[in-house]
Amino acid sequence: MPACIPLGPVARFLLSGAAVVAGVSWSGIVQARDLVVALKTEPTSMDPQYHALTPNIQLSQTLFEPLVCVDADLKPEPCLAESWKADGKVWTFKLRPNVKFSDGSPMTSADVLFTMDRVPKVPNSPSSFKVYLQKVEKIEAPDPLTVRITTTEPYPLLAINMVGLPIMSAKAAAGAAPEGKTTTELNAGSGLVGTGPYKFVSWKRGSEVVFERNPHYWGKAPAWDKVIYRPISNPAARVAALLAGDVDLAEDPPTDDLERLRKEPKLTVETKASNRVIYVALDQNGEATPGITGAAPGKNPLLDKRVREAMSLAIDRTALVSRTMGGVATPAAQLLPYPMFGASKNLVNAAKPDPEKAKALLKEAGYPDGFTLVLGTPNGRYINDSKVAQTLAAMWTRIGVKASIDANAPAVFFKNRDSYAYSAYLAGWGTATGEMSNTLIALLVTPDKDKGLGTTNRARYSNPAMDKLVAEASSQMDDAARAATLAKASELAMADFAMLPIHFEHSVWAMKKNVSFKGRADQQTMVQYAVPVK
Amino acid sequence: MSAFIIRRLLQAVLVMTVMSGLVFIGLYVVGDPVSMMASAEATEQDRAEIRASFGLDKPLWQQYGIFMSHALRLDFGKSFLTGQSAMGLILERMPATLELALVSMGLAVLVGIPLGIWAGLRPQAYSTRGIMAGSVLGFSLPNFWVGLMLIMVFAVQFGWLPASGRGATGHIGALDLSVLTLDGWSHLLLPAVTIALAKAALIIRVTRAATREALPMDYIKFARAKGLRWSRILRVHLLKNIMVPIVTVGGLEFGQVVAFAVVTETIFAWPGMGKLLLDSIITLDRPVVVAYLILIVFFLVMLNLVVDVLYSVLDPRVRLQGAKA
Repeated sequence: MPACIPLGPVARFLLSGAAVVAGVSWSGIVQARDLVVALKTEPTSMDPQYHALTPNIQLSQTLFEPLVCVDADLKPEPCLAESWKADGKVWTFKLRPNVKFSDGSPMTSADVLFTMDRVPKVPNSPSSFKVYLQKVEKIEAPDPLTVRITTTEPYPLLAINMVGLPIMSAKAAAGAAPEGKTTTELNAGSGLVGTGPYKFVSWKRGSEVVFERNPHYWGKAPAWDKVIYRPISNPAARVAALLAGDVDLAEDPPTDDLERLRKEPKLTVETKASNRVIYVALDQNGEATPGITGAAPGKNPLLDKRVREAMSLAIDRTALVSRTMGGVATPAAQLLPYPMFGASKNLVNAAKPDPEKAKALLKEAGYPDGFTLVLGTPNGRYINDSKVAQTLAAMWTRIGVKASIDANAPAVFFKNRDSYAYSAYLAGWGTATGEMSNTLIALLVTPDKDKGLGTTNRARYSNPAMDKLVAEASSQMDDAARAATLAKASELAMADFAMLPIHFEHSVWAMKKNVSFKGRADQQTMVQYAVPVK
Repeated sequence: MSAFIIRRLLQAVLVMTVMSGLVFIGLYVVGDPVSMMASAEATEQDRAEIRASFGLDKPLWQQYGIFMSHALRLDFGKSFLTGQSAMGLILERMPATLELALVSMGLAVLVGIPLGIWAGLRPQAYSTRGIMAGSVLGFSLPNFWVGLMLIMVFAVQFGWLPASGRGATGHIGALDLSVLTLDGWSHLLLPAVTIALAKAALIIRVTRAATREALPMDYIKFARAKGLRWSRILRVHLLKNIMVPIVTVGGLEFGQVVAFAVVTETIFAWPGMGKLLLDSIITLDRPVVVAYLILIVFFLVMLNLVVDVLYSVLDPRVRLQGAKA
């Protein structure tokens, strides 16, 4: 065969190519793959029940697992509980069999009891996990794989509340103190034993947190040998560390850098619409209001629905999102994005701006020349918060509401807001449960200290019809019916312009090309959702 | 001498007391720690409970009194946010900051003194003009800009050095130090150079001025007339005499670096105590802020004391007993 001779070099070339490919993939298997994550904020503790704060929760949900998990869109799904059902006030959770803790011991209902029992005993918690046990009357364990929880009244949110309580090991976390292992002991890694995909190795405060693969993990084998978290609070430094190759995955790069990062051939950028709404609250407590001048004395124009509507119509949300927010936000028409639980499907697209109609409404309400308004805003709490406030002030000024902003450090802003020093303020709300009742109860239901309602309703909006719907939903055990009631309540509040939703923030992660991370609506960086890419 | 030291210590206690009072009032005016800690969903009862558990429900003067009575027993309270001993948190971070400060001051002195002497000896040379222009640049360029530029060039562009963090550490007893490992040095270099640049500029200027002042002195002239070698004149006669201002400035600057390396530590994510202070101020974690400032006041007073003692060693004419500090 004459073709034999020229085939030689080709075959050699092909063979060497195959060898190279084989070599690469072979080294890919053998090589230890670690993941280095740049965190925006360091956790304050490793104790999963000390401080209910995102930087803490995202790490404890990797070491530990709750009975019920939520997926990237906050839909509940089975975790340590295989299934659950509610029968009136009694909830029965069937635990997953053959689950082991990272020390090899089996996970049973005794561990669940220990975990729930420990929650109220953790001393000096700056933000307690007790909130997840509200309305729980008693917890029992009829057998090693069953947990029965009885609530004080029919309470549909119990399952979703379980997400906040990852299960600790009764054996490993037992100790002399009332709460077993103390927060200080857990910070040092003693008793920090969970069923999650990774287990704790070390924590050097300010420097790094190290996890490694949990060999006893019940689910799919974790992708990384080791995970190293490094807190880098300065956004520019976080981006530099990623560009320099020191870290594989970085949380929350600044919006100004996104264009550049997207063009970088070595990197990918992941964005995910979050459950955090940025809104403007408008004081509706009474005629006296601190930040408005130019209206008739002793008169609060914000009490007039037409004025609130005009202020909403003045806002060009699409322009604001694309210019001020660099595109990493979605214009909002209600306080929780559809299709999350209880969000209305009639409020998906934000209203179009209409300055002419806004001016007409102001005139009709008796303010043809507008009035002067101070908009309070934190500076550095939410993405581009004070810039958003400036944009809003400019848009309102166009319809005659001469607005200026009062931007402050978050600590000062929250103090002012909580002492009702603003007639209008910009703030954000992340609905941790992904469920409308949480949002409405916190932001819009008439404040009631004793019942814990309207805790963040600093505008003191009050609408008995909406309150009634929310109250009705809070004991509706049928999910579909509850979602419909909540959607109705949301529509009611938005038609009343109770507060002005502006946009939903997107969470952003930047990573090397060889890492893939699926963003989550709760803005949490959970390393179990990061996988290597060949 | 001991009377001198005791007087200084008493002063330190006074300053610490006044300062802790100011911090209490200052943070009280700024905001409410509970609103920074509690989750957004916390009800009024939850907040009241948190407030009570940290003693924040009492009037401010009472809170201060409780703090002082504990402080007398060297107990500076627990951090609101982490529940850990405030002083413990700071001491845990202290080696990283001290190490960074020592290395950068060392660099600054090693570069600054020879260049300063050179500039003093040859005031008209072109090299001197270069050095002096460089020193102006050195202390007029903002710290954070220099840091970011160094990162962009050496970490991002060339990839020679890591952009942030502390790297591997070695141990001496309970101390974790980066200077003990090669990886640690590679992490230390950029932040140390960032700080050293401005400090070296200052030391160059001080050294040059002192040198120019000492050169026309009789003892230098006499040494030259005796026919001593230049190197000996420099080392023995000149250097010893210009050390007093250099030690003063160097000591004060070292104190500055230790206390307020915040900017550099933030840019390089260096896990030192400056970064802890910044985070604690933002979150209104009062015990940490107070403990930090008390520690720093104590440290600065001690540093001044050491500088004063060094004076008397360097210059026998200075007598501590006479120094009404």
